[in-house]
Amino acid sequence: MLQVEGAHIRLGGFSLRDVSFTVDEGGYFVLLGASGVGKTVLLEALIGLLPLDAGRILWKGEDITHERLQKRRLGLVYQDQALFPHMPVWRNIAYGMQGAGYARKETRRQVEALADEVGAGDLLQRYPGTLSGGEAQRVALARALAMQPRCLLLDEPLSALDTHARGEMRALLRTFHRKGQTVVHVTHDYEEALALASHIGIMENGTVVQTGSPEEVFHHPKSEFVARFIGIRNVFPGILERNEPPDQDVAPFVSHGVQFWIMTKATPGKGMMIVRSEDITLSRTRPDSSAQNCFSGRVVDVVPARIGLEVYVDIGVMAAALITAGSAERLEVRPGQQVFLSFKASAARFMEE
Amino acid sequence: MNSFSKCSPKTDALSLVFAALGGVVLLFLIAPLAGMALGSPFPELVKTAAEAEVRGSIFLTLWTSLAGTLLFSVAAVPLAYLLARKQFPLKQVVSAIIDLPIVVPHSAAGIAILGFIAPSSLLGGAGERAGIHFVGGPAGIIAAMSFVSLPFLINAARDGFAAVPERLEKVALSLGASPTRVFFTISLPLAWRSIVSGLVMMWARGLSEFGAVAIVAYHPIVTPVLIYERFGAFGLKYARPVAVLFLGVCLVFFIFVRFLSRRRNNAAS
Repeated sequence: MLQVEGAHIRLGGFSLRDVSFTVDEGGYFVLLGASGVGKTVLLEALIGLLPLDAGRILWKGEDITHERLQKRRLGLVYQDQALFPHMPVWRNIAYGMQGAGYARKETRRQVEALADEVGAGDLLQRYPGTLSGGEAQRVALARALAMQPRCLLLDEPLSALDTHARGEMRALLRTFHRKGQTVVHVTHDYEEALALASHIGIMENGTVVQTGSPEEVFHHPKSEFVARFIGIRNVFPGILERNEPPDQDVAPFVSHGVQFWIMTKATPGKGMMIVRSEDITLSRTRPDSSAQNCFSGRVVDVVPARIGLEVYVDIGVMAAALITAGSAERLEVRPGQQVFLSFKASAARFMEE
Repeated sequence: MNSFSKCSPKTDALSLVFAALGGVVLLFLIAPLAGMALGSPFPELVKTAAEAEVRGSIFLTLWTSLAGTLLFSVAAVPLAYLLARKQFPLKQVVSAIIDLPIVVPHSAAGIAILGFIAPSSLLGGAGERAGIHFVGGPAGIIAAMSFVSLPFLINAARDGFAAVPERLEKVALSLGASPTRVFFTISLPLAWRSIVSGLVMMWARGLSEFGAVAIVAYHPIVTPVLIYERFGAFGLKYARPVAVLFLGVCLVFFIFVRFLSRRRNNAAS
């Protein structure tokens, strides 16, 4: 188990404050954060390339904060692979083992086995300059794994790859994780996090603001930042008012003068309402349904999403609905169009400030 | 030529003007050398090459400069690495000191070195006791040549190390390599082309040194001093064949070294 407790690092423009998280042995921990938040710096500190200004790093309870880099047994893979350009692939993979005094035969056996495992068996004699991004990333992964690291640290390993290579790499990472490899993976891509993580941490302003299982984080984001970062478009700050009568399970919530209904038993006060865009329905006429939130508004923008279309509707505040291309065609949704936007009070969630 | 200069007539006209100006500079560099070479008939060159004094002087110049280059590279290359990678107090001062020999008049450099290696000095005295005669000997020539040519090696090697992505060194460390192993297996091979370039430059600069060497050791005579001596004693006609011969020998060696280092780099890439 890898534990980071209250880590502080100041380096140039970066400052990481009170970073704490725990990675279970055999777990896959994804640290999500915007670019430039200091994720690479954190990984370099974990592996021992940078010192911590304060805080501790523990492996299975043992303090390794001041342990020499060579003894930490952590493996690092950079986004740009950083393969040694003057060595063929096999020497790249063998580099760590050759330095650690493994017998030549053993090194060769291990290099070949790993190369086969990552699908780089036929690349061993090639030089890094001749590899595609996906091939280079697989070699970088094999190079880090050759030292049998207790924990593998991945710095945006999929970001520089095309869609096909990304899929392959993702499958590969999942395979090694299933075999018991502990992984810390930093990325700015929340879909990558969803696809791979057993646990997630969200970084904001140089610190980890929320950790938990993907389900916990995605369904109960702790802050507006987290909600927006994980792709929730409808985050409205406002005030939750008192239920009338008090035993009722819905309460009014007012944001910028627009009143919504939220199914909640929360204490009235300032906070945020969150509604996922896939829970919002659009129609040309006022719908006759159980949805307590129904507004008339004007379409402002229609943006293609990864799947379907995101339609932004001005209902006093800007709300986003995710609809299929078929629905958009049937409703003739286009900017300027008047539509009705509705969602159930149970689809809205209140987060106290 | 990029697409911008292809489609922009304005840039084309500018390029023509620049090419014409550049041509003048090239001509200025080539014309005197070509004139000197053409002004020396082949039989005269053969006769000069047969002279033991000329052959001995060319050989002495080649080996002393090479010895200085190799000897000092052992310490200069690590210094270049430090300058490229580490931050330390007075780093700017150190860089300025390294460039000093380029701006010091070479006769002044000669005087300074003479004081440093004279038998009455600490180094000179120690050398005398060990049987090394700096003043008037090859050791003094090596010292004078190295003094004026070291900046070329250090600066080229420093630029070479600085161009190696630091990330590669970090990855090597993360794979358990010691800093020494990282230097010899990652930094040095990747900066090799610049280092070789610096070695060649240092060697070349040493070969061509006159002022400092003439003051430290007029004899045994290195070729630049020999050329000057013959010019002073017998005139242009006698000095020119020695100069042409020396130039030819140097060219052959440089082309050979460049060829070797290129082949090595091609093998690596």
